[in-house]
Amino acid sequence: MTDLQTKPEGVGFGRVSRKEDARFVRGKGNYLDDIALPNMLYGAVLRSPYAHARIKSIDTAAAQAHPKVKAVITGQILESLNLAWIPSLSHDVIAVLATDKVRYQGQEVAFVIAEDRYSARDALELIDVDYELLPPVVDAKRALDPDAPVIRDDIEGKKDNYIFDWGSGNEEATEAAFKKADIVVEQEMLYPRVHPAPMETCGAIADMDPISGKLTIYCTTQAPHAHRTLYALVAGLPEHKLRVISPDIGGGFGNKVGIYPGYVLAVVGSIVTKRPVKWMEDRSENLMSTSFARDYHMKGKIAATKDGKILGLRVDVLADHGAFNNTAQPSKFPAGFFHVFSGSYDLEAAYCSVRGVYTNKAPGGVAYACSFRVTEAVYAVERMVDRLALELDIDPAELRMKNLLKPEQFPYTSPTGWEYDSGEYPRALELAMKISGYQELRKEQAEKRRRGELMGIGISFFTETVGAGPKKHMDILGLGMADGCEVRVHPTGKAVVRLSVQTQGQGHETTFAQIVSEVTGIPVADVEVVHGDTDNTPFGLGTYGSRSTPVSGAAAAVASKRIVEKAKLIAAAMLECSPDDLEWESGRWHIKGDPTAGKTISEIAFAAHSTQELPQGMEGHLDASCVYDPPNLTFPFGAYICVVDVDPGTGKVTVRRFIAVDDCGPRINPMIVEGQIHGGLADGVGMALMEQIAFDEDGNCLGGSLMDYLLPTALECPSWETGETVTPSPHHPLGLKGVGESATVGSPPAVVNAVLDALKPFGVKHADMPLTPAQVWRAMQGRPMRTDLAIQ
Amino acid sequence: MQVPAPIAYERATSLSNAIELLSRHGPESRIIAGGHSLLPMMKLRLARPEVVIDINDLAELDYIRANSDHLQIGAMVRHASLMNSDIANRYFPIFREAETVIADPIVRNRGTVGGSLCQADPAEDLAAVFAALKASVVITGNNGSRTVPISSFHIGPYMTVVEPDELLTEVIVPLRTHVGSAYEKVERRAGDWGIASVGAMIVLNSGQISEAGIGLAAVRADHFRAVEAESFLLGKQPTADVIAQAALIASENCQPVADQRGPEDYKRHLVKELTTRALNRAIDKAREEGT
Ligand SMILES: Cc1cc2nc3c(=O)[nH]c(=O)nc-3n(C[C@H](O)[C@H](O)[C@H](O)COP(=O)(O)OP(=O)(O)OC[C@H]3O[C@@H](n4cnc5c(N)ncnc54)[C@H](O)[C@@H]3O)c2cc1C
Repeated sequence: MTDLQTKPEGVGFGRVSRKEDARFVRGKGNYLDDIALPNMLYGAVLRSPYAHARIKSIDTAAAQAHPKVKAVITGQILESLNLAWIPSLSHDVIAVLATDKVRYQGQEVAFVIAEDRYSARDALELIDVDYELLPPVVDAKRALDPDAPVIRDDIEGKKDNYIFDWGSGNEEATEAAFKKADIVVEQEMLYPRVHPAPMETCGAIADMDPISGKLTIYCTTQAPHAHRTLYALVAGLPEHKLRVISPDIGGGFGNKVGIYPGYVLAVVGSIVTKRPVKWMEDRSENLMSTSFARDYHMKGKIAATKDGKILGLRVDVLADHGAFNNTAQPSKFPAGFFHVFSGSYDLEAAYCSVRGVYTNKAPGGVAYACSFRVTEAVYAVERMVDRLALELDIDPAELRMKNLLKPEQFPYTSPTGWEYDSGEYPRALELAMKISGYQELRKEQAEKRRRGELMGIGISFFTETVGAGPKKHMDILGLGMADGCEVRVHPTGKAVVRLSVQTQGQGHETTFAQIVSEVTGIPVADVEVVHGDTDNTPFGLGTYGSRSTPVSGAAAAVASKRIVEKAKLIAAAMLECSPDDLEWESGRWHIKGDPTAGKTISEIAFAAHSTQELPQGMEGHLDASCVYDPPNLTFPFGAYICVVDVDPGTGKVTVRRFIAVDDCGPRINPMIVEGQIHGGLADGVGMALMEQIAFDEDGNCLGGSLMDYLLPTALECPSWETGETVTPSPHHPLGLKGVGESATVGSPPAVVNAVLDALKPFGVKHADMPLTPAQVWRAMQGRPMRTDLAIQ
Repeated sequence: MQVPAPIAYERATSLSNAIELLSRHGPESRIIAGGHSLLPMMKLRLARPEVVIDINDLAELDYIRANSDHLQIGAMVRHASLMNSDIANRYFPIFREAETVIADPIVRNRGTVGGSLCQADPAEDLAAVFAALKASVVITGNNGSRTVPISSFHIGPYMTVVEPDELLTEVIVPLRTHVGSAYEKVERRAGDWGIASVGAMIVLNSGQISEAGIGLAAVRADHFRAVEAESFLLGKQPTADVIAQAALIASENCQPVADQRGPEDYKRHLVKELTTRALNRAIDKAREEGT
């Protein structure tokens, strides 16, 4: 639990300016594309223009003859190195370069390495690929039709596009709950395919030193250690000769978890040319080929008594996984944490099933600030609760209040077996309603409806599920999800903390210094954070699923506590007293009852490195480390209220207000937390109203540029209104819960519920995201569109 | 980073120099003005000129002025200048209304009036504005200048009557009295191209419509214009019924195609809705001017 005693200025938790901003605001960040190694070559990837085609031949002679081209690599060459296919993170394989067929538009077909990036790009046009077109599978709902073309004929004996079936919860009990219910509401809904679209696209520089045999890979990765080990496992490279460096990362959102073909190609390129090779994808390549997110076709069913007590919930999902099953998630969870879909409510029974299928689309699946599919789960339950409210004609806030879990029910075991650590849900919803002036808003809405104006109020209550995860349940390719941390206090009392996790903008250089500072009392300014270099940091699985604070933050707290405990013994030796006679104040041990007799952490650190005689058996120096295996996940939560106006003539939605009450336990740096929430809310507005990657009937990606894949701007965002409640996690050493994805998870259903609430006078019950002006107008006409296919 | 195919670069020093460079380098050379349409196409390698001829030094084409009959707008006037021009907006507030919803400040600071018209994108907003205002354009080449009405300037998507060795140099808008103008656009997000856009200009004479201009963008109207709706309005009192009827005609006066911005039925609906709004506001302004 956080130590709430008074601390000197500049120590511990609080609104501290971000250390990293000093370089970012001066344009002095060091991103992958800023790095230029001596003698470096540049790679470019030739991509498939087709969604599904057989490769009859590839002629690279003209490209090879280009005066600045050093090498052209094809699938055939990789095959001879046994590198044409690599394992995915989900018991499948992915093609590095296509050998037999291309299976989605934008798939990698050949790699050109040249003296400069312009020549590499020019030479792509000199490669002649002879394709035989095959019919593509575009509509996930038809992927399992008996006559559907088989995408994965590379898998022996494969006769269909089926990947897996998976279920969780008690199906019988859920059916029983439906039987005894007064009302059952069903709704089909799509959480469309969206893209993380980080500002910095993905890239790598591979530098193989031909003499030492050491391979250094600079890479846009959220998980440098996981990458190093995967390269070792996949390519048989000796792990001690591999070093992965993550420089500054310009946004990740899950897009930079996996290993992309381009990274492997840079490595192969460096080995072949004996020179460093840089590959940096462009915007369209990023949008068309790297990990997407969502793409869940869901059928929800909710049961309740007539006075609104929810009894049961069922969701059946058809999951579009694209051409390869390459979702990144703990191995035993093919649908991520989707089965936390019973959400924040006290219900008797719940059951979900997920069926995964292949289509001719880019692979990926779990990406984009989704906490391993909690985003889809929260959307499903929050839409179903609103649908129920509509049928029962009960105010959606009232219906939620009636069914929210009560504080005394925690720790709470959900119908699908999750143990929620802590929560005070009604308090958060009450606060959100108070900030919004909920009753007044409803009055205003009623008046506007009389005048024919469309105003909507949408609520979402979410429970996040983050901090993966306990080793006994969770691993990625056999690697347990524990993270290491090392804290070292220098002789003069300044400290360095080394992390396994990797910031992509979240501000780790500040917040981890604050964690160390909070526990040890060393000023935040005196703690240096080292991360992003596997040769200089302890092992761990990286930053995604909001896991840095719950897992690595816990490791930093425990290591810091170990420092404080060691300091106590040294202080006792220095003060010639028993350790039991000492009392801790921030940054200093003193003798109980005599605050003047004490030693500061700096004095103790110097003593630990000096000739001071230390207690029997103690080694010198003031260092500690920890490998933290979290006992459980943490469950941040929040209550969101969105207010929208809809232009009845054009269908255009304006988000007028957004109130976000978040509970992520104590806040390390409230300013950074608010920044994370603001970003996530903007993201939610984007997904709800404009972001979409649809495909036309030929499998062409219709979201391949930022003119097609729309991201929200300041003009679409209201001035966010945030609120806070604090319910610490009982098992995290500082009570912290993580907040990186809360707002992305929680906000889309609030926006969608608000828009549909505005459309209530038209009898509209549901329309899928994104709620573009066209979609809203079509919904008003009773003809909402499918948003995964091209608009006809 | 998206990189264009190899190009050569020339920087024109004057209008005559630009024309000379165009003639010298032939049809594979292209003028570059603001570059906000040409460069993205080059980066995607949809356009691959061999030579680009930069006309950004041609201050002689950067002016907005009015004489007693006409407003004259030079080809190198930036979107931002037109948006903020007191002269232009005193006569036709439609300019500011349209410019505030064209692209974003970065594009508006560089993109030009000439570039917009010559790009001839079917969704180009200024094409609808100038169609509503019944403007003419001046095209200059080796043999001097010719003036072409905007209604015969565009000859198809991305195609105009400007020959490879010519430049668009000026846009001319006739001035009127008792005139009102307005612009309406619906976009999916700020900075996006319109799903549909409508510009309207109305001249009132003793309470009757004596001239009407309706420009449509993004819905494949012939020459960006709803001619039949314009003729319908002539000589009529601007009642709600008349406006509704004109809007309906305008919505049938175009051939919108479904794309990710919306289906055809929605786009037609938008034309009707936005034409009504634009006409109403243009009429209100014309009335204000008349008093
Ligand atoms: C992100 C973005 C959003 C946009 N949104 C909108 C929008 O909502 N609405 C809208 O209307 N526009 C929009 N645009 C287009 C914008 O208005 C461009 O600036 C404009 O289309 C082109 O002007 P330019 O000066 O940049 O032309 P350039 O790109 O320099 O040139 C375009 C074409 O015109 C030719 N050309 C240029 N000047 C002349 C001349 N004087 N004589 C002969 N040929 C010439 C060039 O050779 C080229 O073929 C957008 C652009 C971007 C990048």
